[in-house]
Amino acid sequence: MERTAVSGRLSWQVAAVVSVTWETASVATIQLDPPDWAGHRAGQHLDVRLTAEDGYVAERSYSIASAPGEQLAITVERLEDGEVSPYLAGELRAGDELELRGPIGGYFVWEPGDGGPLTLLAGGSGVVPLRSMLRHRVNTASDVPARLLYSSRGWEDVIYRDELGQHHDGARVSYTLTRSRPPGWTGHTGRINSALLAEVAWPAKTNPLAYICGPTSFVETAAAGLVELGYPPERVKTERFGATGGR
Amino acid sequence: MDPIDGNGIGGLLIDAFGKEMTAVSSTCATCGARRPVAELVVYQRAPGTVVRCRTCGNVVMMLVKRGDSIDVDLSGLASLGQPDEDA
Repeated sequence: MERTAVSGRLSWQVAAVVSVTWETASVATIQLDPPDWAGHRAGQHLDVRLTAEDGYVAERSYSIASAPGEQLAITVERLEDGEVSPYLAGELRAGDELELRGPIGGYFVWEPGDGGPLTLLAGGSGVVPLRSMLRHRVNTASDVPARLLYSSRGWEDVIYRDELGQHHDGARVSYTLTRSRPPGWTGHTGRINSALLAEVAWPAKTNPLAYICGPTSFVETAAAGLVELGYPPERVKTERFGATGGR
Repeated sequence: MDPIDGNGIGGLLIDAFGKEMTAVSSTCATCGARRPVAELVVYQRAPGTVVRCRTCGNVVMMLVKRGDSIDVDLSGLASLGQPDEDA
């Protein structure tokens, strides 16, 4: 094996926790104030590092939930068997400190100049980086049209529900609920499939740009479905976070 | 732990290579499949990270932290280029 020295170009720093806001019963948005933050692009990540008293270290990568220029924030789903998320979405309070580094990533990012129209497909907490893109689109007064399809277990599990319910100029948000639905639900139900994608995604002839984030099975189905509809594979950007939504 | 994809190890790759790598194109030495590092399959099991081809499943990269350095095995890759070299 080849050995390389750690470059240290991406330094760890200690950020103050500004606020912790619950989005659902198990998902919290954590606003952070790092001392040295050069700014980020919509869709990028940051790494979080927790160090136990015995020196055990656990690191995880989280999508940044805020848009460029806003107070830095991540949105974390608590996984009961997780090493990091139960602390972040459960123990952490405003005024605490959190070790992080970033921004990270150059693939799953969107800038207004990248164009669109945007087809955004979210499975569960995969909505987080797409929310950053939607906010960035509004904040920059971008005229790129956008459609978001958000697949969620139930209505009570929808993250950013109030925010997404407000109309963004030219952005259409639709939902499909896979497990439970509230009384009177008239939206889509069941897992994402070709017929649903054909209905909600921009037609391929409009030269759309797609971002898909969610559990691996969701992303694979959604990406294959868009390619089937005629999207060129290089216009379909994907991000997978495992089988159960672990982030 | 379930596999993630290359987007989730952007920080580790900066540690190893000194720069952003997720948008860089990779070519599998076994099957020739070409895709951005972000699209590769990633298994994170302490102490190492194993990266596999999404087409054929063969190991394309292994990264193991040792103190303040990282052992990097890229023998499963035929190429690891810059995105603008794809044109």
